[in-house]
Amino acid sequence: MDYTEQTKQKGHNLVKGVLITISVLFVGIMLILPMVSVVTNALSKGFSFYVHSLTTEYVVSALVITLLATLVAVVVNTFFGIMASWALTRFSFKGKHVLATLIDIPFSISPVIAGLSYIMTFGRMGWAAPVINWINATFHTDLQIVFALPGVLLATIFVTFPFISREIIPVLNSEGCDEEEAAALMGAGGFTIFRKITFPKMKWALIYGMILCAARALGEFGAVSALSKTRGKTFTLPLEIDALYLSGDSDSIVSAFSVSSILVILAIVVLVLRNIFEYREKKSSNESR
Amino acid sequence: MRSIASRNGKIKVKRSDRVIPGFGLSLGITIVMLSVLILIPLASVLLYSFQLSPDKFVTLITNRAVLFAFGTSISCAFIAALINCIFGTVLAWVLVRYDFPGKRILDGVVELPFCLPTAVAGITLSKLYSDTGWMGRIFSRIGVKISYTHIGLTIALIFIGIPFVVRAIQPVLENLDPQLEEAAYALGANPRITFFKIILSELRPALLTGFALAFARGIGEYGSVIYISGNSAKDHTQVISYVIMQKLNYMDYASATAIALVLLIISFSILFLINVIQIRQSKRTNYL
Repeated sequence: MDYTEQTKQKGHNLVKGVLITISVLFVGIMLILPMVSVVTNALSKGFSFYVHSLTTEYVVSALVITLLATLVAVVVNTFFGIMASWALTRFSFKGKHVLATLIDIPFSISPVIAGLSYIMTFGRMGWAAPVINWINATFHTDLQIVFALPGVLLATIFVTFPFISREIIPVLNSEGCDEEEAAALMGAGGFTIFRKITFPKMKWALIYGMILCAARALGEFGAVSALSKTRGKTFTLPLEIDALYLSGDSDSIVSAFSVSSILVILAIVVLVLRNIFEYREKKSSNESR
Repeated sequence: MRSIASRNGKIKVKRSDRVIPGFGLSLGITIVMLSVLILIPLASVLLYSFQLSPDKFVTLITNRAVLFAFGTSISCAFIAALINCIFGTVLAWVLVRYDFPGKRILDGVVELPFCLPTAVAGITLSKLYSDTGWMGRIFSRIGVKISYTHIGLTIALIFIGIPFVVRAIQPVLENLDPQLEEAAYALGANPRITFFKIILSELRPALLTGFALAFARGIGEYGSVIYISGNSAKDHTQVISYVIMQKLNYMDYASATAIALVLLIISFSILFLINVIQIRQSKRTNYL
């Protein structure tokens, strides 16, 4: 009896060892090695070259555009996320599931299609082009959406659209809305209910969603690439990396990796923040139970 | 109290359960933003592609390069998603069932492909698996070329898809009823049979969801695959998103929208499938 128990335990440990080894190898080769490769490639021509390639005019301009697009996407999607989660979790109405599915559309379609759809709407061929021309003619403005900054901002908003609502909705659903109903019956207004009851419930999920949204917005490539064609003006960091990498000579390839290394560092920061907030969120939801 | 009185005085509340204010406002803003930012632009693609005559549509879609690009995207995404199902299950199992040093780091690193810009992933994988890269050098010694072939393309899609599968399985595995396994053991099943007959069948909906998510993402993927795939029409290593982008750059909007329409239909079918699986899954867990 003892003997069989022991062999069982041994077999169990063997399986455990093998599975852990497979996991660590997989993650090491598939996920960590590429990150290490970015950093070594970036530094392969020395540190001064690294610093130099990060301070070119193009890269600085791309950084500004990227940060602007990220900021706009986070602000717009936070507003949308709060509104959508309020509508979808505090009330029941017909077509609720359809609405929830429609919000998730940007998750499952190719970013290139996101770019294409704005071109087909606001571009020369698009049905909204006359509207834009009319606005420009009447107000003497020079508003342009496709191949200009507004297009970049719109594309970034499109691909990150569901990120925040998706984080908040499950949390609010699991918390229920008894407290809100009680507050409303006692005469609290909508904004007071939100500020005092709903916001504290969704706080961690909201921050977590904002981080995810920012991470995705920083790195969006396909959608923006369809809508942005001027290097140094409307290029974001990923597009600048693309331009450097494809220009072919070995110096610009190293520069491409240097610029990439900033995004790798940002990705790691996001990952660490994510873990912290996920932990907080779990803790706070455990406490409230 | 005053606000309630004025509410009931002015607005007819149709359903008595809507005591919380802000329904019209929040739903209105949600629908307007969703329509303006997502639905109307997508509808423009549909609108434009419906203007094409059916004959023209068919000619554009059945172009050899386009068909091969669809084939490449779908087959590579399918294989990558299958491989991810195997490694994803192992990873999720290890992360849920075992304790070992560095587990939280491993758990965090799995999310890396979500956070890393696709273009960065693309250039570094392409370099890593090229003949001069660390991995490419090892494989070229045994005569296997990875970068600029279908193998490289599949590797990039594995990179992109792994978190979908792990994150789909992990919560289900965490909430799995331990009684199921105990019962299996008590009835004399060995661990292997228990895993394949009991646990795997419980994981199947989650595994399917993870597979579908990774597959859907893989078919439309652009940034991470265009560098490693080589984009050669001759070797059939062009992916479908690349073809759309190429048509856009040539201002060939008719082809771009026609291909995009087919791709949208594929994506929506997968989205629909995922929803069906999830509804079934939630029904099943409610009955238990």
